[in-house]
Amino acid sequence: MRVPVKRPLPGNTPPALRDPAWRGRVFWALAGLALLWPMLVLTEFKPWLLLEPDALKPALRFLSDFVPPRLDGDFLAMVARETWRTVAIATAGLTLALLLAVPMALLSARVLSISALTGRMALLPAVVRQLVRWLLIVLRSVPELIWALVFVRVVGLGPTSGVLAIALTFSGMLGKVYAEILDSGETHATTSLLRNGSGRLQAFLYALLPQNAAELTSYTVYRWECAIRSSAVLGFVGAGGLGQQMDASMKMFNGSEVATMLLVFMALVWLADRISAWLRRGLA
Amino acid sequence: MKLALENCNGRHPAARANAPAALRGMSLQVASGEQVAVIGPSGAGKTTLLHLLACALKPSSGALQLDGRNPWNLSRSELQRLRGELFLAPQVPPLPPRQRVVTTVLAGRLPHESLWASVRSLFYPTDIALADQALARFDLSDKLFERVDRLSGGERQRVGLARALATQARLLLVDEPLSALDPTRTQQAIESLTQAASERGATLVATLHHVEMALQHFPRIIGLRDGELAFDLPAAQVTPERLQQLYAQHLDELNGAPPTAPHDAPVVAAPVAMNCR
Repeated sequence: MRVPVKRPLPGNTPPALRDPAWRGRVFWALAGLALLWPMLVLTEFKPWLLLEPDALKPALRFLSDFVPPRLDGDFLAMVARETWRTVAIATAGLTLALLLAVPMALLSARVLSISALTGRMALLPAVVRQLVRWLLIVLRSVPELIWALVFVRVVGLGPTSGVLAIALTFSGMLGKVYAEILDSGETHATTSLLRNGSGRLQAFLYALLPQNAAELTSYTVYRWECAIRSSAVLGFVGAGGLGQQMDASMKMFNGSEVATMLLVFMALVWLADRISAWLRRGLA
Repeated sequence: MKLALENCNGRHPAARANAPAALRGMSLQVASGEQVAVIGPSGAGKTTLLHLLACALKPSSGALQLDGRNPWNLSRSELQRLRGELFLAPQVPPLPPRQRVVTTVLAGRLPHESLWASVRSLFYPTDIALADQALARFDLSDKLFERVDRLSGGERQRVGLARALATQARLLLVDEPLSALDPTRTQQAIESLTQAASERGATLVATLHHVEMALQHFPRIIGLRDGELAFDLPAAQVTPERLQQLYAQHLDELNGAPPTAPHDAPVVAAPVAMNCR
């Protein structure tokens, strides 16, 4: 004989069987929405304006200029030259950024602390670490556009100011994320070397770097991609490269030239993606 | 290296404040060049004892003396230099998966090498013969230029032991060197280890779950139970009754069941890794 299982009705579940997490979830979901609402008001978020005919017509006219892209020989030669310059700005900027970021990442990574092996980190290294972190915040909180405007006044119009601007902002980002990658990975190999008396740089080279090489590389290549994009923006304030040409074409309302250059940007981003995948496979 | 522990308590830094210390009232003298095996059921404090001796854990009370000096009174750079004189081989071999075996073995030499020499050795290994000799003792010469992640668990453990032999340490502290090895390898590995230690006159302290191996190859046996010293005897005086007592309620471990995982004290939750950048 089967004993009928007593199933309480949904409305009157006994308190012991209610999910205690439910009330908190509802509260935080509603709180999130309540916080989001004033932000939408503040940013005048009205997407339906996009579809009004008065606004739509000029936008469509601007976009229709984009086809067909301009593809004659002279123009393409110029685009190729400027593309090369853009890649050079991004690469040189990123290399300089690396020179600044690597020492700062090593100084602020917690895994490489010898005093933190046994209990709390000693005072002096902890202070140095904090100071380096603040320096990284300062470097990356100033947008590269502002650095570029500063450097355009110092070294004049041209790629140099773009390179310097990218180097400063990107060293802040790279340094912070490198330190985070190093700290969040598997640390067993590194702490073992430190415990057996190795120096910090030796432990980095023989354990921490091989442990995290793939992730560090793929992040660096992604940042190179960002540097290419950002050199386009910097071109608008006179830092040279494709961006400066794009600015000129925009001012002349020459959509077909802009379209060609946008296609080049897409190709560069695709290229960065391929390089990253290839490098990661090599290091896997 | 000469060791002395006086009434030491060892407490893991991540342990709860009201939890009893992992190792309590430990007193021990080991002469230079002596070979000692530490046995006992899991959770008895074997690894904590090794960490205390390796200066990887500061005793919460009591004193440790290495060659007559208290390492915790030294300055940080002197302590780090002293750590270069000893070698702690953890149970899970600490080998980066993408590193080659030769590099990983030669990493044992780092404390006695300048930074410049260690950088150069990354481009072209400077003492391939040394790595080869150390590997040959564990029958791994053919893996010299293999990558660590291509090795089996047992091979990795033996590479970790080969690293211990590549060091110039005067004190070898080896945690469960046999946990991933099959019976024939076990015999060979423990023989190579004890032989190499006595050749160079290094003191050897090894924790072993393999009681038979400990009695066969080590002249002196230390039994730990529940964080306290149960006995400290020459191997000949360790009777089956004593072992029964030591392993009471853990008899499966006495009969050779290997420890499943390293029993470290509670781990503090790591910060969430940021994967989307």
